[in-house]
Amino acid sequence: MAQAAMGSSQQYNYEICRKFAFMALVWAVLGMSAGVYIASELAWPALNLDIPAITFGRLRPVHTTLVIFGFGGSALFATSYYIVQRTCQTRLYSDWMATFTFWGWQAAVALGAVSYMMGYTQSREYAEFEWPIDLIILVTWVVYFLLYVQTLRRRSQPHIYVANWFFMAFILATAILHIFNNLAVPVSLFSMKSYSLFSGVQDAMTQWWYGHNAVGFFLTAAFLGMMYYFVPKQAGRPVYSYRLSIVHFWALSFLYMWVGAHHLHWTALPDWTSTLAATFSIMLLLPSWGGMINGIMTLSGAWDRLRTDPIMLFLITALSFYGMSTFEGPLMSLKSVNALSHYTDWTIGHVHSGALGWVAMVTFGSFYHMVPRLYDTRLYSTRLVYVHFWLATIGIVLYITSMWVAGIFQGLMLRSFDDYGNLAYTFVETVAFLHNPYMVRALGGLSFLSGVVVMSYNIFMTIRNARAEAAILEAKLAAKMARI
Amino acid sequence: MPEWMLWFTKFENSKVVALLLFFILFCGILLYIYTGKKRGQRLESYKYIPLQDDDSDRHAGNGEVNKDE
Repeated sequence: MAQAAMGSSQQYNYEICRKFAFMALVWAVLGMSAGVYIASELAWPALNLDIPAITFGRLRPVHTTLVIFGFGGSALFATSYYIVQRTCQTRLYSDWMATFTFWGWQAAVALGAVSYMMGYTQSREYAEFEWPIDLIILVTWVVYFLLYVQTLRRRSQPHIYVANWFFMAFILATAILHIFNNLAVPVSLFSMKSYSLFSGVQDAMTQWWYGHNAVGFFLTAAFLGMMYYFVPKQAGRPVYSYRLSIVHFWALSFLYMWVGAHHLHWTALPDWTSTLAATFSIMLLLPSWGGMINGIMTLSGAWDRLRTDPIMLFLITALSFYGMSTFEGPLMSLKSVNALSHYTDWTIGHVHSGALGWVAMVTFGSFYHMVPRLYDTRLYSTRLVYVHFWLATIGIVLYITSMWVAGIFQGLMLRSFDDYGNLAYTFVETVAFLHNPYMVRALGGLSFLSGVVVMSYNIFMTIRNARAEAAILEAKLAAKMARI
Repeated sequence: MPEWMLWFTKFENSKVVALLLFFILFCGILLYIYTGKKRGQRLESYKYIPLQDDDSDRHAGNGEVNKDE
């Protein structure tokens, strides 16, 4: 066992995957705790405690940054480095470049969270980092890109496996999005404050071009790369159709770039832009479902695995949520539906069915597969994986159903008129209505967070056992050498 | 700039041209992928790449021995 580990460790750089995987779990616990706290603040506002740093406005970007970039980003670094090495059968091009991306990324996430709590933000959704942190991200990302390309160039395998295509699209698109969305002029060289290069409706358009493509390329394409490797690996059989995966890749890459404007229906944005975005959103349903079917059908003929393998359960449930949220998204992008759903909690529910159901679940499944292999050991407890699965699934269901109820009723109340054409409900009446759904949502979030804590314990014990095994083996080897 | 190129500078023309170009390109990708028996077999053979990488990969995530093909 240890010999195999030694062989793999020499052949591949596993240390960087371990570091990123570890930090992904740290950020997951911190970020989701922040999420549960702000969800509770909405249900019980007294939890603000009159401390500015922990008010909803400041903690909300802390939550989104830690879960998207801290947890999701670190998980993508870990799995992309693991996948590119194993599918190209080569070591990462440079160890120091890999280490550089680790410290650069962790510094950006940590500095971002601290700066938001101190009140520094450029107020761009999912891109609240002020300009000095944006520069750290930029340098880190360029090194990531160079490292990935150079590793692909030195591959032993003639063909580049499709998972790497998705990762390359993610790296390239994120670079373009990050640079253009964050074009800003600092107030001075020694000031954290800056002002965007864009203004008015162009600014809104740029923000949502970035915002939705962050969803498309960071939270979808990259995690599809994860899916195209770990689902076949865990199932022990190849992906259902490789040709379908190629169509999935090109269709997704082409269509996603156009849909950002569906976040700005019924605003000052030109009507044709809005219609264009809605049209492309509907078309996006085809590649999304094609990819989902491709992933799920990988299990064709081996469905019994779902009864015995909790990791497979995570991966297939993730794909089911991917299918569900990519159906809900185009539905909500229709102008008539959007008139009801926009500015309500339905949007929050939709985001979380994708973020928790798809992104987090596919990451959990991938980590349960990958981490024991990184340490060449067995997972500490399979039973705890089941516990995690049910805590996560129940948490998501509570979260999204409460937000459907909250959002749809909120929308209906805000659009109701009496016989005289006056608004039937005051704004505060809608707020009072939201109290119960908000409590259920906080409960759902707490359940999901508990699952992550269980997973962290399981992974921690797995690593501890692996180290103990390695120490015993080293001692045995030393004793043998001493006898010689 | 030549006269014929000025035609492309008009937004109502360039939008349609861009749409046609992307659509034809996408149809070309589809044709390339789904025509040719040999090409199809070659493309499908790539799906085994993830399963070829694990001589030392003996542990399934659920703690059982994982026999990959």
